[in-house]
Parts: sequence; C-alpha cells; structure tokens
Amino acid sequence: MKLNRKDILGIQELPVEEINLILDTADSFSEISTREIKKVPTLRGKTVISLFYEPSTRTRTSFEIAGKRLSADMISISSLTSSVAKGETLIDTAKNLEAMNPDVIVIRHGCAGTPHLLAGILKPSVINAGDGAHEHPTQALLDLMTIRSKRGRIAGLKVAIVGDIAHSRVARSNIHGLKKMGARVSVAGPATMLPRGIEKMGVAAHTRIEEAIGDADIIMMLRIQTEREKQNIFPSLREYSRHFSLNNGNIGLARKDVLIMHPGPMNRGVEISPDLADGSHSIILDQVTNGVAVRMALLYLLTGGTP
Amino acid sequence: MNLLLKNGRILDPSRMTDEKGDLLIENGKIARIAKGLSRGRKDLPDDNAASATVLDLAGKIIVPGLIDMHTHLREPGFEYKETIASGCEAAVAGGFTSIACMPNTKPVNDTRSVTEFILRQAAQCRLANVYPIAAISLQSEGEFLAEFFDLKEAGAVGFSDDGRPVMNAALMRRALEYASSLNMPIISHCEDSNLSAGGVMHEGDLSAELGLSGIPGIAEEVMVARDLLLAEFTAAPLHIAHVSTAASVRLIREAKARGVRVTAETAAHYFTLTDEAVRTFDTLAKVNPPLRSADDVAAIRDGLRDGTIDAIASDHAPHGRTDKEVEFDSAASGLTGLEISLGLSLRLVEEGVLTLLQLIEKMTVRPAQILRIPKGTLAVGADADVTVIDPARRWTVDRHLLRSRGKNTPFHGTPLTGKAILTIVGGEIRFRDFEQ
Repeated sequence: MKLNRKDILGIQELPVEEINLILDTADSFSEISTREIKKVPTLRGKTVISLFYEPSTRTRTSFEIAGKRLSADMISISSLTSSVAKGETLIDTAKNLEAMNPDVIVIRHGCAGTPHLLAGILKPSVINAGDGAHEHPTQALLDLMTIRSKRGRIAGLKVAIVGDIAHSRVARSNIHGLKKMGARVSVAGPATMLPRGIEKMGVAAHTRIEEAIGDADIIMMLRIQTEREKQNIFPSLREYSRHFSLNNGNIGLARKDVLIMHPGPMNRGVEISPDLADGSHSIILDQVTNGVAVRMALLYLLTGGTP
Repeated sequence: MNLLLKNGRILDPSRMTDEKGDLLIENGKIARIAKGLSRGRKDLPDDNAASATVLDLAGKIIVPGLIDMHTHLREPGFEYKETIASGCEAAVAGGFTSIACMPNTKPVNDTRSVTEFILRQAAQCRLANVYPIAAISLQSEGEFLAEFFDLKEAGAVGFSDDGRPVMNAALMRRALEYASSLNMPIISHCEDSNLSAGGVMHEGDLSAELGLSGIPGIAEEVMVARDLLLAEFTAAPLHIAHVSTAASVRLIREAKARGVRVTAETAAHYFTLTDEAVRTFDTLAKVNPPLRSADDVAAIRDGLRDGTIDAIASDHAPHGRTDKEVEFDSAASGLTGLEISLGLSLRLVEEGVLTLLQLIEKMTVRPAQILRIPKGTLAVGADADVTVIDPARRWTVDRHLLRSRGKNTPFHGTPLTGKAILTIVGGEIRFRDFEQ
C-alpha cells in the first residue's frame, strides 16, 4: 500500500488505512533514532523546505531532525528572515521556492486553510505543520502513535481533551484522528473555550474538567494562551488554574493507569501541575520522541517510499 | 432613436400588469403600450413612430429597467477593483438600468464634491443611471454626521456607512431624525463590530470544525433589533441592507407588523449559498455578512415570499486578484454580483418561492420606492428604462468573461437559465445580447 495523496493537509481527509500506514511506517523508523549513527540514506537528493510563519521550536526542530536522519536536504525559512517582511505575498514566496525544485514544502501559518491554498497551486508535496486553529495533523499522528504504542490500541479508549478547544488546532486534528480510530472523546473547558457546534464533531462537551476526565484512559491538556485573557475568553490565569488544571486533586477521577499528554509548550502550574507533568503517568516526552518518527514516515511516504 | 418592442410579455409590477403586447418608446419615454402596434399604421401617426426600430420579442419578457439599490463602484480610490464606467457596463449587461452606489470609496462619499464627481463620471459613460448613496458620518467613522442637505442637493438618494456599522446608537438616532427631515432613508449595515471582531465566516458547525473565527448571526441581529427600535422611536424611514439571518427576518417582520417604517433587502448569495461554500477555504466565497446556515437561507426565502424582505440587491463588491489570492483571513470580503444577480434570482421563480411579478417588483419598483427615485415603471410618460429578459436562455457563469473588473465570484461555472438580453436606458439601447 502507498500513501494515496500528494499532500498532508489534515486528519479530516485521511482514511483510517492511511493513518495506519503512516503509524506503521513511523514505528519502523523509530529505531533509527536510537542508533549510534542516526542517519540513513533513504532521502538523499530530496529537498525539503519548511516555511514557518509562526514561532515554533518543537515542530520545526522535529521536521528538521526527521529530514536529516533520512539524509534529505533541509532548508528552513521563518517569516522573520524571508521576504515576507518585505511584503511579498505568500503565493509569490511559495512560487519562488517551487522554482528551486523542492520535493516537499512544510508550512505553518496562523491562518486556517493556508496549506490548502498552497497545495492547490504547487507541484511539490505540502505538509501542514499547523494552520491557525484548524489542523495540526503531524501532532495528531504522533499522539496516535504514542497512544497506540503505550496502550496497544486506540479503539475503545476514553480520551479527554481539556483546555481552549475553540482556538486549538491540536484538539481538532486529534478529535478527527481519535474518532476515526475508534476512541471516545470528551472535551472540557469553560463555555467560552468550547466552539458552538463542537458536538457535531462527535465529541461530548463539558464545562467542568471533572466531568470530562472521569474514567479517562488518556488526558490531553492543551496550552493556555495568555493573550486570550484580553479577549475575555477567561478572566485570569489564577482562576483558570484553580478550576481547569490537571492536578493531584482531580487526577484520581481518571483511571488508575491514565496517561497524561500535552502537545507543548506547557505552562507549568497553569493547565498542569509540575508534579503530574513530570510524574509516572506523563508520556509528554514520548510524544516528542515519536514526533520525529512520524515526520520521517511522512517525508518518506510523500516522496514515493513504500513501507 | 425610437423603439418598438413587439410581441413581448410586458410585465409591470408598478401597475400590477402582465400582458402580451407591444411597447413603443419615443424620445426617451414610454409612449404607448398596446396590442398590434406597427409602423405605418394609424395608431402610430407621427413621424417618430414611423421611423422606429422594430424588435420582435416573442417569448421574451419586457420589464421596467432593473434597479440595484446596493452596488460598490469603487471609484474614486480603488479603480483597480472597478471604475464607474466598468461597473456601469456590468450593470447594463446584468439588466440593470439604475444602480445606487455605496459611499465606501476613497475619499468616502461624505461631501457634495464626491457625489458630484460620481455623477459626472457616470454621465460621461452614458450607460446606467447612477444614484449615489452618501455617508452617514464623516469618513464613515461613526462620529459626526455628514451634510445631508447638501448631499441631497448634489444628488444623493440615501445615507449609509455601508461596510462599516454605526456602532454609536446616539449617532444612529440623530442620523434617522436628520434624514427624515429630508424624507430620505438611512440604510443600515447591521453588524455589531464587537461581536463580529476577527470573524471571517459564519459562526456555526462548520467554523467550529475549520477553526476559522466566526461571525455569529447575533452580530447582525442585535443591531437590526437596535435600529428597528430607533426607527420606531424616531418614526423615520429605515432600510436594512443585506439581511442574512433568520432572526433578522423575524425581527423585521415583527417590526413591520407594528407599523415601523422599515424596509429590507437581501442579496442573491444569501438565498443561494450556505457556509459550506467556504469549506475549501475558497476566498471567492468570503463575504460580509457571511454565507449562513441552511436554516438562515430558508428563512431568507420565507422573508422574500411573505414580503418581509422588500428588495433584492446585488451587493456587487468587486475586488482585484491581489485582494482575493491571499490567505483566507487576509482576503477581502465581497462578491461581484451585477451580472449574476438576475440569473440567480430567477431561480426563485423556478423554485416557486416568488412569482415572476413578485421577483421583478423586488428588483424594480420596490427599490425605486425605497430610494424615492422616479424609476421602476413602464407607465406611459415614464423614462424609457426597460429590460428584456429571455427566460429560456441557458448560460454558464464564466468569471473571466465578466465586464466588471471584479472577477470575484464563487458562482464560476454555475449553469443559469434566464438572462437580460436587452437593456434600454432613457430610450437608448445600452446592452444587447440577441440577434433578430
């Protein structure tokens, strides 16, 4: 089986078989990162350009390491250093990069739909590394990979996603992915953080964290963006952390073997207590490790590789 | 030139007539409507009639020239999007003989010199009649009233800060009062800009899924409610522009029942498309107010049917490629509409929402009444503004063939039935799309 598409724009359009293919391929690539010499020649001669219009440490580094471990030539452009600052349009920037014959373009952008815009006009593959509050498919894939490797399955698990669902691309991609793989998903946050109509995505919505995490197998905490305070999404970090953080006081509501995830970057002491972030339930750093493998798999599959 | 339009179905909502017959245009006026008029007969005694050009319009519909009460012509200031000349060319090609243009140009049409400039440009291109709508407030900034008396003298037919809401209720009250002393309508762009802030599409199930910031229906509805109360309080004429939601229709319906002097318009895209049109992040379907839910579309149709919504306007909002070929959040809002509005609206007749007479009423005499302009009728002696529609003509929207500079339509490739084939303004043929 091959990946049946040019681009990875979102989980919404990925069928289950392709998700499994990506996860299986990622599993097989994991081992490379544990070797003494962490490099294989698989993508030698391939060029990957990552174009980041938003700040990123984890995702950008992860793509870069993934490409380099497969011997691809990796070029990374951030909007601060490109001609975006000179007022060039996104389409012109992309067309210019295309003219240099890359094989894959990775893009992160603050506006939803931007990777779709580029995918429609560019020959190289486009990977969405996060578009506004829409999707972050590689994050969801690495989360699925992590759950699957820790639990052996995804189907039938109860997953709670807690935080600012309305502004979270991680939440949307994970909802699509988890539902497709057969998990039950509940989301929680104050009503200002729950978009109207979210139930239509097949999740149970709660306005109290306690309701969502009861009997959960997995809890995903989302980063609280402090700038939302000014938009009256919530009144203060203090109040948020008192009522919506995951801590030793409420973790007992979940299953005893609950796994705690976070896409990062964390606000320690705001949405998650430091003890839990570092504790035995936490698989937060496993997520980061698996991120490299998932991105290796995608670069490999999109450039024509077969598992 | 004198014209004899023969054998058409002559439909005139201003006189509630729908008859087969011939229509004679002499010296720029409607001269006669009767059966069996012909050159050289006794019923056409004078020389003018004898020399009239005769067009056989069997199977075609002759209606008063269509009026679009909500158009953006972009000149002065945004000539790359549209000019008064290109907009008027688009108008007559779409069957419109009169158009009212919104003041959000650069400079804003908030002084008589801008109004006069628009009218001068329009007179030069000799295509459609152009009626400027002037700004409510200086620069449309919502702080200080523009000079309504002066603007009316210069030729303005209404006042609106269209594109921007009047957030200050006290200013809106004063605008209604001040305009009522001139018996002129205030045209309200109803949008609470705090509720709509940052929004780029309708807030609903789809925005929840796509993660695009939503513009909730209530952003429109709270201001519709406010303006209806202000209109009731001031007893001044209010017109609500581009109605897009079910609750707006309900509020307007209730206000009309109470006797509030309110009229309302919608545009073809609000009864044709839902927010699904932006699922693919197609910036050509980005418009403000945004395309709404299926329930809203159904309510707009109900409002048209029961008369709550008086008029269909195009809300023609041409943009250049650079405005639309960008990220969805950054893209300009608006659709080009003058050449597509009639074709889409005729579907309402096909689908049984309106009778043809009702539809034409909403595109002729009702907007004329709302703007208090002497148009929208085929009564003898009236200006000979006439549109001829071929109800059977099948055509497909091709955005590259539009006369408007704005090629921004989500209807590219849409098959339509029915089209304006002859547009006569002041007795002169300004557009013709048929062979005899």
